[in-house]
Amino acid sequence: MRATASRNVHGWLLLMPAAILLIAFTHYPTVATVIDSLFSKATAIRPSRFVGVLNYQRMLDDPIFWKVLANNAWFALGTIPTSIALAILMALFVNRSIPGRSLVRMAYFTPTILPMIAVANIWLFFYTPDIGLIDQISTWFGFSGHNWLGDPTTVLPAIMVMTIWKEAGFFMIFYLASMQNIPPELEEASQLEGATRWYYFRRVMFPLLMPTTLFVLVNAVLNSFKLVDHLFVLTKGGPDNASNLLLYYIFETAFSYFETHFAAALTVVLLILLSVMALLQFFLLDKRVHYR
Amino acid sequence: MFKGIKWLRIGVMATALLMATVTAGSATDLAMYYPVAVGGPLTSVVDGIVDDFMKENPDITVKAIYAGNYNDARIKALAALKSGQPAQLSVMFSIDIYELIEQDAIVAFDDVVETDEEKAWLDSFYPTLMENGRTAGKTWGIPFQRSTIVMYYNKDAFRAAGLDPEQPPATWDELVAMGKKLTKPDGSQWGAMIPSTGYPYWMFGALAMQNGQVLMNSNGDTTYFDDPAVVGALQFWKDLGEKHRIMPKGTIEWGTLRQNFLEGKTAIMWHSTGNLTAVKDNAKFDFGVAMLPASKRRGTPTGGGNFYIFKKTNPAERKAAMRLIKFMTNPENAAEWSMKTGYMGVSPAAYETQKLKDYVKGFPYAAVARDQLQYATAELSTYQTGRVRKGLDDAIQAVLTGSKTPAAALKEAQVQADRLLKQYR
Repeated sequence: MRATASRNVHGWLLLMPAAILLIAFTHYPTVATVIDSLFSKATAIRPSRFVGVLNYQRMLDDPIFWKVLANNAWFALGTIPTSIALAILMALFVNRSIPGRSLVRMAYFTPTILPMIAVANIWLFFYTPDIGLIDQISTWFGFSGHNWLGDPTTVLPAIMVMTIWKEAGFFMIFYLASMQNIPPELEEASQLEGATRWYYFRRVMFPLLMPTTLFVLVNAVLNSFKLVDHLFVLTKGGPDNASNLLLYYIFETAFSYFETHFAAALTVVLLILLSVMALLQFFLLDKRVHYR
Repeated sequence: MFKGIKWLRIGVMATALLMATVTAGSATDLAMYYPVAVGGPLTSVVDGIVDDFMKENPDITVKAIYAGNYNDARIKALAALKSGQPAQLSVMFSIDIYELIEQDAIVAFDDVVETDEEKAWLDSFYPTLMENGRTAGKTWGIPFQRSTIVMYYNKDAFRAAGLDPEQPPATWDELVAMGKKLTKPDGSQWGAMIPSTGYPYWMFGALAMQNGQVLMNSNGDTTYFDDPAVVGALQFWKDLGEKHRIMPKGTIEWGTLRQNFLEGKTAIMWHSTGNLTAVKDNAKFDFGVAMLPASKRRGTPTGGGNFYIFKKTNPAERKAAMRLIKFMTNPENAAEWSMKTGYMGVSPAAYETQKLKDYVKGFPYAAVARDQLQYATAELSTYQTGRVRKGLDDAIQAVLTGSKTPAAALKEAQVQADRLLKQYR
C-alpha cells in the first residue's frame, strides 16, 4: 500500500513540469479567455463589468467578422488541398533517384526555412505592379501589369499562392520520409500484375500514406488559421478587409483598438472552430488510416 | 589588541561599501521605446544622441530600445507598462494621445514642469506641431520626429514632358493637367502616385483640408467625414485614377512607393518629408520637393511621433525623463536629427542654428515642410482612434477599388464614428 502511494506521488512529480507548463500556457489562458469574453471593455467613465453574451451578439452583428470568417474559409479551401497535392507531387518527384536529387530536395525545402516576415517583404516586391518580378515576367509574355495586392479580387489568391509556396516544402519532407518506408516490393509486384502507376498510387501508396496525410492535414488546417504574419507586411488586412483573416482581426482588435474583451470573444470562436475541425478530422479519417 | 584592529578594519570596509552603494543608487535608469517609420539607418542616429546625453549627464543611464513602427512601439510600451519592466518615457505616434489618456498611461507635462523656464520651454515649439499634443488645456506630448506630407517630383521627367521643372503643380487643376502630360501611354511612367495603403487617412487628411474641411475637432470627440467638402476630396482622389488616368487605379502601396519614384515609375509622389534624406541619397535624377497643391487652399496634416512620459514613474524619473526630452529636442539636436532624416526641426530655434541654416541654404527642400506648417493641421486623432481610423481607411480603400461611392462610404464611416464617440461628448 505504502509502495503504491509513494509510486503515485513519484509519478505525479515526474508529470509535474510538463503539467505546469501545459496548464500555465494552454489551459489557464483558455479558461481566462472564455471568462474575459463575458465582460465589457473598461473605459474612462465606466469600469469593466459582466455583460454575459453581449460581446458575442456584437460579434454576430459585425459585418467585418463575417467577412473575415468568409475570407478564412476561402483561404483554407485554397491552401489546404493545393499544398498537400503539391507536397505529394514533389515528394514523388524526388523519391526516385534522379541526378541532383539532394539539390532539388533542398530547393523545395528552402521556402520553409526562411522567416515569414522576410518572405513577405520579398513577395511585396514580387507583387509590386509594373516593376515587380511577377509583372515583369507577365509583360514579357504580353500581359499587362496588374495590381495584385491592391485589387480586392486578386489579393486573397495572391496571398494563397505565397502561403502554398512556403508550406508545400514542409509537407513534402513528411511525405518523403513516409514514402521511403514503403517497401519497394509492393511497386514491383504491382508492375508485375500489370497495374498502371496511377492505379498503384491510388490503391496502394496513398492509403499507406494516410497517417502522414492525417498529420499534414491537421497541420495545414492549423496553418490556415495561424499564418497571419505576412498580412502585417503585405496588406494589413487588404483593400477594405479583402484579405483580413480571423487571427489578424483578433490582433487588431486587441492591440490597435485595445478592446481585449471583444478580442477574447473572437478568440473563443477561433478555438471552437479549430477544435471542431481537429475532432472532425480525427474521427472521420480514423477508419481510413491504416497504421502499421 | 589584534581583535580590536580586525573589527575596526571590518567596520571601515563596511562603511565604505555602504557609501559606495548609496552614491551608485542615486543614478536614475531610464528605458525608452522609439519607432522608426521612414527609411534610413536611424537607430544609430538615435543611439548617438542618447550617448551624448549620457556623457553630459553621468547620473542618468538611458536604454533606447528600437520598437519597430508606430503600432509596434505603442504595443510594446503598453505591454511593458503592464509587466514588471515598464519604460519611463517613449516616442509614440502623436495621434495615440487620447488612447493613452484613456488608459491612464501618461502624465501631462504641465504636472512635471516646475520653474518658469521649464514652463516657457513648453511653448518653444511650433504651435501647429503642438496641436496633436495638447488637449483639455494640458500638454501631453512633446514633438520629436515630426513631418508633413510633401510632393516629390522628378525634374528630369518634367523636362522630358515639356514642363518647367521649377514650376511644380500648385493647384488641383494643374496637378491633373501636368499629370496628363507626364503619364506615358505605354504605362512605363505615371503622372502621380498618392499611397492608399499603410496610412490612407493621412493622405486623405491633406486632400480634405485642401478642399476646405478638416477631418475632426480639437476635442477628439467629433468627426466630419460626411461633410460635402470631404466627400468631394475623396471623389477627386478617385478621379485621379479613374477619370484623369494619371494614377494607377485601385490602391497604391505605401511600402513600395519610394522605390517606384526612384525607379522613375511615377513623376510625382506624395510622401512624408521624413523620406527626404533617403530620396536625396538614392535618386539618380534631378528631383524637387514642393508644397502640396491647393484646391480651395493649401493644406496638409502633420505627422510623426511625440515624446510621452508614463504615469508609472516616480518624481526623480520624471525629472530625468524631462531632461532627456529637453536634450533630444534642443535646437542643436533637433537640427542634427532634421538633417539626418528629413523630419522637421521641431522649434523655430532649431532653424536658427548655424548648421541647419547652412544646410537649408545648400538644400532648400529641407525647409519645404517648415514653410508648409502655416497651412498645416493636426493629424486625425480622436478617442477610440484605432476603430475610427480603420472605418475611414476602409471607406477610402472601398472607394478607390470601386466597390462603394464616396458619399455612401463616408456616410458609413461617419455613422460608425458617431456611434463610438457619442459617449465622450
